[in-house]
Amino acid sequence: MLHILRQIARTGIRTEAPPSPADEAHDIGRLSAAVRRVLGRALTIRMVDAGSCNGCELEINALGNPYYNLEGLGIRFVASPRHADLLLVTGPVSKHMAIALRRTYDATPEPKIVVAVGDCGCHGGIFGESYACVGRVSNVIPVDVEVPGCPPTPTALLRGILAAITPRGPGATVPPVGGGG
Amino acid sequence: MDFSPLGLPSATLPSVVPAVRVIVPSGQLVAACRLAQEQGARLVALWASDDRDRGMGTMLRVALADADGLTVLELAIPAFEDARYGDVASVFPAAARMQRAAFDLTGVAAESEDQRPWTWMAAWPIDRFPLRRDFAASPAWEPGQEDYAFVKVEGDGVHEIAVGPVHAGIIEPGHFRFQVVGEKVLRLEERLSYAHKGIEKRFEAMTLADGHRLAGRVSGDSTVAYAWAWAQAVESITGVEPPPRALWLRALALERERIANHLGDLGHIGNDGGLAFGLAQFSRLREEVLRTNLAGYGHRLMMDAIVPGGVAADLDPRQLRAMAEESKRIAREVATLRGIYDEHDGLQDRFRACGRVSNELAVRLGVTGLAARASGVAGDLRCDFASPPWNSLEVRRVVHEDGDVAARVAVRFDELADSLRLVRTITEQMPDGDIRALAGEPVPHRLGLGYVEGWRGPVFCALEAGPGGSIRRCHPHDPSWVNWPVIEHATIGNIVPDFPLINKSFNLSYSGHDL
Repeated sequence: MLHILRQIARTGIRTEAPPSPADEAHDIGRLSAAVRRVLGRALTIRMVDAGSCNGCELEINALGNPYYNLEGLGIRFVASPRHADLLLVTGPVSKHMAIALRRTYDATPEPKIVVAVGDCGCHGGIFGESYACVGRVSNVIPVDVEVPGCPPTPTALLRGILAAITPRGPGATVPPVGGGG
Repeated sequence: MDFSPLGLPSATLPSVVPAVRVIVPSGQLVAACRLAQEQGARLVALWASDDRDRGMGTMLRVALADADGLTVLELAIPAFEDARYGDVASVFPAAARMQRAAFDLTGVAAESEDQRPWTWMAAWPIDRFPLRRDFAASPAWEPGQEDYAFVKVEGDGVHEIAVGPVHAGIIEPGHFRFQVVGEKVLRLEERLSYAHKGIEKRFEAMTLADGHRLAGRVSGDSTVAYAWAWAQAVESITGVEPPPRALWLRALALERERIANHLGDLGHIGNDGGLAFGLAQFSRLREEVLRTNLAGYGHRLMMDAIVPGGVAADLDPRQLRAMAEESKRIAREVATLRGIYDEHDGLQDRFRACGRVSNELAVRLGVTGLAARASGVAGDLRCDFASPPWNSLEVRRVVHEDGDVAARVAVRFDELADSLRLVRTITEQMPDGDIRALAGEPVPHRLGLGYVEGWRGPVFCALEAGPGGSIRRCHPHDPSWVNWPVIEHATIGNIVPDFPLINKSFNLSYSGHDL
């Protein structure tokens, strides 16, 4: 136990504003305020992998690391769509996942928000539409915000979630952030 | 491998890992597999191609590996209805799902008892086969629902738990069917293929010049390994040799991919064992590695960094020094964290004897890569076939014997330490020179092979070029294919709440398997 405490003390608090570009410190503050304003409570997210290469999942997982500290912002991932405010969906939607995605959407209570993640979720990406792929997420369920990138950086994902919970028209695209996407 | 008892000649294939091709006459496939198995071979991949346009019917290929390298068995199956080939799964159990997938995609079946679909899930008519050259998809085909015959266990108090394809966490889609008494698992059956994206068909619409982008997206967590395996396959078809610096830069990227994935897994496995502290610490270190990747490669996961002939971009001395410094620092931190994991009784109690795969089982099922090394099977392509730059790096061969979650954790810790050392050595000894050789013309009808030790295990790629730089056929093959079935065995007799921990300790790819 002493080793754990010593390591925690040595590590310190690493949570920070996203690294680059610099103006994104602003986003985290706005995100937190927007969550409280729109939902008045913690935002809950259900993540659905509808057929991705798993690159997007790696970056969504990164949102939980101490640098981005998603839970510290009042946002967390939940185990059932029935507990979720927001669906975070990666694609391309495989034909084999289309029905499961539709059912997950139907099981999510209103009001609900859908964020399509990655180039594949936004427009089918390198896989496109084929005998095996339905392509973009919006071919299956209504999408509120698209976060492009291959995969999008955690910072871009944060900005997408922010865009989704700030009321505006459907189909809004978040500009890509930084490199890596 | 010696096939002379069957009178089968072999011909050398150009490949980084030594490889031969053996043409197997009809009716001799199982005998050839058995002969190979008796000599210690294990199954790498099995796939089929539509060669009716060449008058060859359907070409079935079985890739095997032993201490000599790769052997590709080739069996031409005549193009008439109900043509069957011998059941390779009767020798190599891991072939079962590959054979079912090969039928779903090309329409040629093995003489095996289990004829259930594997890749097919009612998204296209069951009598159409996507990898046939005359296959044409119709927009009228709607995703349907299959009625899959899971094996049921009957008896007093036995009940069934169905999980997925949408999971509670941030993971890929797949279905797990547990037969349970109380909390004890009697049987687990996996149903995969939910992430089937038609990757093999998609390759045929790409070219040798841009196929590395698709190869790098077969399984995102292994993008470097796949891109390298793809590049090897293209280079063996075109006779191109990457310059030394390019190979060292590839090795650097591959070890950084191993480091990032092992860091991520050690955090998640600790978390699944009840130590959230571990996830916080290891995910922090992983993030730091990814940021250094971004600075060096312009991409956090290093996608598209490896291209046929070499690498896409060079690293400058400052970036190399930064990676060496980072490795020293992370190695110190990981040593501290390993001490904490090792001394944490609660964690060790969850890890030990959990999800155990005995050495005997691992050998029989042909388990590969990291999971095999945790069960005493010592294969590592970087040591077994040390091509440049591995032959000047003295990669440490990591082996543990217990085959449980604790052993798979220990393999990761040891490999992580060695990869951090390798990054230091590579950055310090990096040769100067060009980073990319000029592209060459493909030699007609040559089978190109790639075989690279990714963080999860060996990634295999088989490639045939068509005219004018087109791709005739590409089969990328993830080590997860042979390792998925062993999770069913590893879970038997464990309790349901330990399944996430067992599953994570393997951390297999769904996308890489489903294709």
